[in-house]
Amino acid sequence: MAKHHVTTTVNGDPVEFLCSTEDTLLDVLRNTLNLTGSKEGCSTGDCGACSVTVDGRLMCSCLMLGIEAEGHDIGTIEGVADGDKLHPLQKHFLEEAALQCGICTPGFIVAAKALLERNPDPSETEMRYWLAGNLCRCTGYDKIITAVTNAAAELREK
Amino acid sequence: MGNEENQFKLAEGTNIYKVVGTRPVRPDGIEKVTGRANFGADMSLPGMLTGRIVRSPHAHAKIISINTDKALALPGVKAVVTSADFPEIGPKQRGAGEAPVSFRDLSRNVMARDKALYDGHAVAAVAATTAAIADQAAALIEIEYEVLPHVLIAAEAMKPDAPVLHDDMFTKGLDPKPDIPSNVSQRFQFGLGDTDAGFREADVVVEYDFTTQCVHQGYIEPHACVVETTEDGMATVWASSQGQFMVRNYSATLCGMDISKVRVLPAEIGGGFGGKTTVYLEPVAIMLSRKSGKPVKLVMNREDVFRATGPTSGGHAHAKIGAKKDGTIVAGELTMEYEAGAFAGSPVQFGCMTGFAPYDIPNVKAVGYDVVVNRPKVAAYRAPGAPVAAFAVESALDELAKKLAMDPLELREKNAATEGTQAAYGPKFQRIGYLETLEAAKNHPHWSAPLGPNQGRGIASGFWFNIGGESSAAMHVNEDGTVEVVTANPDIGGSRASMAIMAAEVLGIDVSRVKPLIADTASSAYSMLTGGSRVTFAVGKAVCEAADHVIEELRARAAKLWDVDVEAVEWRDGAAVNTKSDAGETLTLAQIANSAGKTGGPISGAANINAEGAGPGFGTHICDVEVDPETGHTSVIRYTAIQDVGTAIHPSYVEGQLQGGAVQGIGWALNEEYVYGEDGCLQNGGFLDYRIPVASDLPMIDTVLVEVPNPGHRFGVRGVGEVPIIPPLAAVANAVAAAAGVRVTDLPISPPRLLAAIDGAK
Repeated sequence: MAKHHVTTTVNGDPVEFLCSTEDTLLDVLRNTLNLTGSKEGCSTGDCGACSVTVDGRLMCSCLMLGIEAEGHDIGTIEGVADGDKLHPLQKHFLEEAALQCGICTPGFIVAAKALLERNPDPSETEMRYWLAGNLCRCTGYDKIITAVTNAAAELREK
Repeated sequence: MGNEENQFKLAEGTNIYKVVGTRPVRPDGIEKVTGRANFGADMSLPGMLTGRIVRSPHAHAKIISINTDKALALPGVKAVVTSADFPEIGPKQRGAGEAPVSFRDLSRNVMARDKALYDGHAVAAVAATTAAIADQAAALIEIEYEVLPHVLIAAEAMKPDAPVLHDDMFTKGLDPKPDIPSNVSQRFQFGLGDTDAGFREADVVVEYDFTTQCVHQGYIEPHACVVETTEDGMATVWASSQGQFMVRNYSATLCGMDISKVRVLPAEIGGGFGGKTTVYLEPVAIMLSRKSGKPVKLVMNREDVFRATGPTSGGHAHAKIGAKKDGTIVAGELTMEYEAGAFAGSPVQFGCMTGFAPYDIPNVKAVGYDVVVNRPKVAAYRAPGAPVAAFAVESALDELAKKLAMDPLELREKNAATEGTQAAYGPKFQRIGYLETLEAAKNHPHWSAPLGPNQGRGIASGFWFNIGGESSAAMHVNEDGTVEVVTANPDIGGSRASMAIMAAEVLGIDVSRVKPLIADTASSAYSMLTGGSRVTFAVGKAVCEAADHVIEELRARAAKLWDVDVEAVEWRDGAAVNTKSDAGETLTLAQIANSAGKTGGPISGAANINAEGAGPGFGTHICDVEVDPETGHTSVIRYTAIQDVGTAIHPSYVEGQLQGGAVQGIGWALNEEYVYGEDGCLQNGGFLDYRIPVASDLPMIDTVLVEVPNPGHRFGVRGVGEVPIIPPLAAVANAVAAAAGVRVTDLPISPPRLLAAIDGAK
């Protein structure tokens, strides 16, 4: 079957791609655009490792079709740092050792960034519920919560 | 604290080291927070095919025939493989080296031969130009099955009329040897003294039966690999695993290749917890690549991971403990049956060995049965076998404390194993820190904090051996004085940071000058896989010794430059010191490196060792829960994990091990279980229905690092990764018992189960 032509924006840059109807946005990001920072942990929207933003809204890219990206603004982990300057979330994840294996880390950072953009001063409970869609099996979430707390504080000072 | 024979941390709050015990940012951090790090599924090659595995929809079935004609006829399909493509491996056939596995079983697990033994068992595989064509082709493979009766539970599998999985399985460890096959692969027994005599001395005896369910490691990264084979018979494998040398040995053996024909490049690994200490996909990808002549990528989906990769055993445990009125434990018995999955090899013997290990008990008997059932073959999972045994023993101890009217912490203190205690599983303990963890628990504000209504507090402990083993490290000094540390163990939780810290400490240089690298099988000497909490200890030992060799070489080079005997050159704080010069002439590592060309060429060092002296680890956890008596829902509201960690090389990553292990244990206690239907098929093969703990389920996980240095390591390192999953099962169950007033002996303590127990007690 003929592929669909999609025009979209990824991390601020105009992007065009061809995809099959059944290709998820995650398939397109990983396999067509070589943006492999978004991970596939489940393909059912349960683990959050594929988290991206669509027009600023947090999404599991495994639950969205590639053709649905038409005309939208997609944000991925590859666009979180500003050039060679890490985002405060990235910096605090490193400083707090908030990752062990690192497979869930891109999803957590994308999800936490979306949280802090809408709520710059979340309580611990708000953070825990917002991030409940992102699974981490290594850390027990403790250091992730600390990293997000510290990043939020730094961002508020800016 | 401290140890006379070693120079260790002298007192609380002081650190005699410059780098060990600090918390630098991990060397591989930037890649992992920016999405650049390449995990198993991130690799691609030009012209690469996509592979798919066809899996059995039956729990137990004879494979009558497999017809691949239609699949092969589909345009875009390049190869189909079945067990007929793999060499038949005999029961005694071994691989290279000392892998403790049955390659016959491994081969039949990777691709079913005569029978499919569980729902999800691989039966065939295809490779095609696109994923869509591969999916279509997989559906076109025609497999005729004769469905057989299945058995899922150890107790049922042990009955005389149970369906037998393997007609050549005769229980080992029985006298006389049985002459009919059964599902019990082996009986294990460990012990000390005479438990019958011990129980006769006891004033109080408690006796309980416990059950636990099969649970999965739950790593977020599904298994994945890419394989390219070439016409010279070579196979290059990119794979996420806990050991590239393991993948090489297992894959080569299963494919009938020399190990020299297989090169394995380690991808970053997205969690393993023991579950990636074996192969599932790599041999299949090698065969698909060979048959198609093209690179092949094989990636599991989450359902495949649950259905077909190693969970750990569910089991039953009968625990009996007897004590004197004053709380002295005089006898302990443990009888356990663990479900091994479709092939022999549950960790029941480790359960037998570890259950009573934290205690000094004169009479101990532990008997274990390894039972095959129609479930996926179990793989290692963090302290394999120990959590179930500890759940039984530590829950029973809680009831014993109640009967004795003793504080459960004091009961443990009174009976704690210490240096010189004879462990029932064999050795006499050297310097261990169990008592110190209990003392830290008693002094922790958590232990005496007030509780509210429907809240309860539990405490439990755990023991793990920790291991050493064959390990390699190489170190290259760059021209600018920076140092590359090359090891061959996948970094599963920050071990690059530990290697860099230890190298920097020995060399006396800043940790930012050390770059750790994880090499492939062609670029490093052999190293055992990452597991058993061995890497920071054993590979760390190799790194320290490699650094010693580098220092020897640096001293020799400095001696040459100064024209003095090498004995006159000392190494202090990252520099050579000429003790013959009055002014204390020095040459830094960078200066020596810079002039290496004049003194003999490049500078490097290597150490290849079989590390001994792994120090056992002990942990004690305190858990507070709140139980909702209306729904039976349990919330963990406060948690403290205390562990003797030897010396914490990078304390943040040590804390992380304690926190992560504790939360996996909390999941095991409260939520996680494999659910099977009447048909023997898994019903909850996804993260929605197999619910691991999420952020909103948990409080912060407090940690206390008790540092009783291991005499077997120059910095006192003990393995830390296994212990923290052992105490939580009973710590949670004991807290629930305190909160709800009922003892739940079956895991998970799910809301319906707890509600039934609460209602039953009314």
